[in-house]
Amino acid sequence: MKRRRKLGRGVAVVGVGMTPFNVYKDKDSKDLFVEAFKEMLVSVDKGVDPKDIDALYLGNFTSDFFVHQGHWGPIISDILGLSPIPATRTEGACASSALAFREGVFAVASGFYDIVLVGGVEEMSKRTTEEVAEGLGLALAPYEMQVGFTFPAVFGALATAYFAKYGASREHLMNVTIKSHNNAPLNPRAQFKLTIADLMNQKRENAKKKGEPLPTWKDEKDFLRDPKANPPVAWPMNLYDCCPISDGASCALLVAEDIARDFTDDPLYVVGLGQGSGKGLHAAKDLTCFEATRNAAQEAYGMSGLKPEDIQFAEVHDCFSIAEIIHMEDLGFFKPGEAYKAVENGLTRLDGPIPINTSGGLKCKGHPVGATGVAQLEELWEQLRGKAGKRQIPNKNLRIGGAHNLGGTGGTCTFTILERR
Amino acid sequence: MENRAFSDVSYKQFLNEDKLMGCKCKGCGALYLPPRPICIECYSSDMEWVEMKGKGKLAAFTAIYVGPPSMVAEGFNRKNPYCVGVVEFEEGVKIDARIEGLDTKNPETIKVGMPLTAKFLHRTEGENMKTFLAFEA
Ligand SMILES: [Zn+2]
Repeated sequence: MKRRRKLGRGVAVVGVGMTPFNVYKDKDSKDLFVEAFKEMLVSVDKGVDPKDIDALYLGNFTSDFFVHQGHWGPIISDILGLSPIPATRTEGACASSALAFREGVFAVASGFYDIVLVGGVEEMSKRTTEEVAEGLGLALAPYEMQVGFTFPAVFGALATAYFAKYGASREHLMNVTIKSHNNAPLNPRAQFKLTIADLMNQKRENAKKKGEPLPTWKDEKDFLRDPKANPPVAWPMNLYDCCPISDGASCALLVAEDIARDFTDDPLYVVGLGQGSGKGLHAAKDLTCFEATRNAAQEAYGMSGLKPEDIQFAEVHDCFSIAEIIHMEDLGFFKPGEAYKAVENGLTRLDGPIPINTSGGLKCKGHPVGATGVAQLEELWEQLRGKAGKRQIPNKNLRIGGAHNLGGTGGTCTFTILERR
Repeated sequence: MENRAFSDVSYKQFLNEDKLMGCKCKGCGALYLPPRPICIECYSSDMEWVEMKGKGKLAAFTAIYVGPPSMVAEGFNRKNPYCVGVVEFEEGVKIDARIEGLDTKNPETIKVGMPLTAKFLHRTEGENMKTFLAFEA
């Protein structure tokens, strides 16, 4: 018997901050989190005294592996001057900071705390690509790793199952890549700010300078079909189907709904929260959906009383192009087997009926894994408050946005719905 | 049949003996591969060993061009990609496995649904034998 989920008392987001996602050779996790924290302080319209913060929840996947330092809760609370308030680290692979956000919401909703800082951080670029792959591989399901699966390989395999069931192809995945790259130049915090057309021009210019034969790509898909320009990683996942290696931090300030107006006249309310757990590939009943996302969606819609068609825009975890397609179906935005057609028909573009990943997504904004979940909420904050600049969704009544975060190969998935009232 | 624990350790021991062993719940008949200690359908712990026939079909696959260090050490790379996938047995359960004997350089020729047969790949790691489950067309 599942009863409808509800919070003990309402919780509002009154500030957010994040670093641009990028490769930072001269900054460590502390530096990155401090930068996100300072931006968050400025974002609180009526200000917040850091001494009033009751607790910190910090998402981090595997700094233990990437920088050989664990136990990040107290390290971050100390550098921010927040110690000795409680600091708790959450781990859910690439969904680590979505879990920090949830724990922060629960802490405030319970009445125990009134003002809580949540966030995430990951520092990945100081390792070689092979080492990063090994680190992320720690989040594969046990039997996947043993036979030689990698992260891109799991999503490649899911893509072949999806192709076989619904008749989609690599050509359809390319539409996802092209769309994300079209949004990214409009986001000053994105790691890759070039459209696929920009990239093609850049490569043509480089070839001209070097006196090499000019590439003859007819259009963007022709470029993406070229194995020299877009080499396979784990077929059918090629380079431009995969998110990059990134460093970055993100944070948000959560307060009890009854004091939210002390911080801003324009708070965002947490109206839907959902999380689910999934099984490894071999144990999944269906290889063309994520059971964990479906459970997260069910919880979040149940709590909010909203339906998929009420979600006006969303950030959807697109670590690989196929992931965006399948998750949009699991979240109910499109029927199973329909999302790839929706992308082809432009429904998820910035000016479409349900814009997806206006930030550029993980693909272009970057994916410092532990920071991603809260950074997705930062995009909802900017869009809902009408501060997204050139990538502002052209809908005057923007009120409800969703953020979907995935950890591992679907082991942990979350869905969060924020509302502007 | 055997008085071994329904665990990964036993599963791997059986693989070393060229046996692909799953378990069946005596309570509700649910079949599990690798074996599970508790039935996730009816929560019974009353299990029995079942040997799989080793015949199945390809449910999902990928050709990996950039592999982990262990696969690179076996000689796999961009010029020599390897295939892994999920295989669905005739008995209904699925397993992750290496797939051999396919044209991995032309992955578009590999088809979901193609019939496969299990085989055992033995490797030595120090003094220990380690067995990988693989399939071939
Ligand atoms: Zn049972």
